[in-house]
Amino acid sequence: MFAFTKHRFYRQAVLALCCTVVTGLAAVSAQASDLETIEQRGTLRVAVPQDFPPFGSVGTDLQPQGYDIDMAHYLADQMEVDLELVAVTSANRIPFLQTDKVDLVISSLGKNPERAAVIDFTEAYAPFFLGVFGTPEAAAIKETAGLSGKTIGVTRGSVEDMELSELAPGDTTVQRFEDNATTISAFLSGQVDYIATGNVVAAQIAERNAERAPTMVFRIKNSPCYIGLSQDNAALKDKINALIERAKQDGSLESMSQKWFHTALPDDLSS
Amino acid sequence: MTLDFSTLLPYSGHILEGLVTTLWLTVVTTFVGIALAIVVAYVRDLGSGIMSRLLGGYVEVVRNTPFIVQLFFLFFGLPALGIPISATVAALVAMILNLGAYTAEILRAGIDSTARGQHEASRALGLSRLQSYRHVVLVPAFSRIYPSLISQCIIVMLGSAVVSQISVFDLTYAANFIQSRNFRGFEVYLVVTLIYLLLAVGMRLSFELVGRRLFAFRQGGSA
Repeated sequence: MFAFTKHRFYRQAVLALCCTVVTGLAAVSAQASDLETIEQRGTLRVAVPQDFPPFGSVGTDLQPQGYDIDMAHYLADQMEVDLELVAVTSANRIPFLQTDKVDLVISSLGKNPERAAVIDFTEAYAPFFLGVFGTPEAAAIKETAGLSGKTIGVTRGSVEDMELSELAPGDTTVQRFEDNATTISAFLSGQVDYIATGNVVAAQIAERNAERAPTMVFRIKNSPCYIGLSQDNAALKDKINALIERAKQDGSLESMSQKWFHTALPDDLSS
Repeated sequence: MTLDFSTLLPYSGHILEGLVTTLWLTVVTTFVGIALAIVVAYVRDLGSGIMSRLLGGYVEVVRNTPFIVQLFFLFFGLPALGIPISATVAALVAMILNLGAYTAEILRAGIDSTARGQHEASRALGLSRLQSYRHVVLVPAFSRIYPSLISQCIIVMLGSAVVSQISVFDLTYAANFIQSRNFRGFEVYLVVTLIYLLLAVGMRLSFELVGRRLFAFRQGGSA
């Protein structure tokens, strides 16, 4: 009995080792799918988030929904191929691309040098920024001097707190609250008429309170999202860039922004 | 872990500003809150009447709900009802209402310990209603509850740390702010804890000094 168990253990160990090696080889030799492969296959595989509204979440009908999902649908429609959505987290979205499990990553991906070393990026397709938001009737502020005399609510210790404290004039009152929920309450109850936050949070507030939807009046920091694809894939990159440009021209991006962020696209993304 | 207090130096202005805010909030609350308590205790002591019941309701609501909830109710609730209120005013009002309710109850215990007969006797001797209330009821009552009163005022001062949650720049707000910038939480809170401790001890000493003058007739008494 003991001998048999031991035997089985060895057999399993060898099998497991083989599997690991084979998987490893497959990963190393994973050839990124180029435009031709995708068109032959007839399916575009896209990594999308499912835990980051309004970019990607799961709707009440259990279907993925959001800005990124709409973008994926738009690209597949324009390329006249089927769409396969692959749910990813922010940690595994780049490995999915590197191992050719997906052709594109449309997952609120920001550009930075570390990522640019391993994958390639298209043009920006989605807005992602920190800003000062006011009530719907608030006037836009062009320069930092325009913030003087204003009272701005912000969540203490957040990136927007640091950036705002850095650039706000001395007579700007920055009211710091403990967490995002309290900052939002302060804005919605009318305690502050301006808050500094990200466009994603602003969109969530707008979703629930249309009559006091936060409207961007001043941009603090801009880091738009890009579509990620594997390196040395020029044909696919050109194709996607052309389609992003078309989406800007035909108003698709604008209507997606209205739908998911309840606001117009910022200038650097609109045509 | 090494302690580095030099990282606090650039923020000493913040700590000072926070300290000043905590101090003046406490001083104003102490005076107005005790005055409020005297009125509440007086009206409730008269017994029946709608005012007495209303004030009884106020005392119970304040004493049976958390301070931070009262604070959020004033800060977020009143503007929604169309009554604009700044963070500082909301904090001050919440603190005064809080101290007023607790002190009114403490004071009532002191008043009840004075036999009704003394009050009646003083009236019979020709003191006016107010004179009698002041000299025969209130002052002895205060002298008896004075230790509890000191503690209550210190509790309110320490509890004022909560007002930092609605962005009032008090001592705790300063500590949270500094901690979010230099990530030296231990040093910051150590310093602020010491300041609160000194404030509490200072308050107790000044109260006792005042008490010795006010209640000189009770030399050797419990006050």
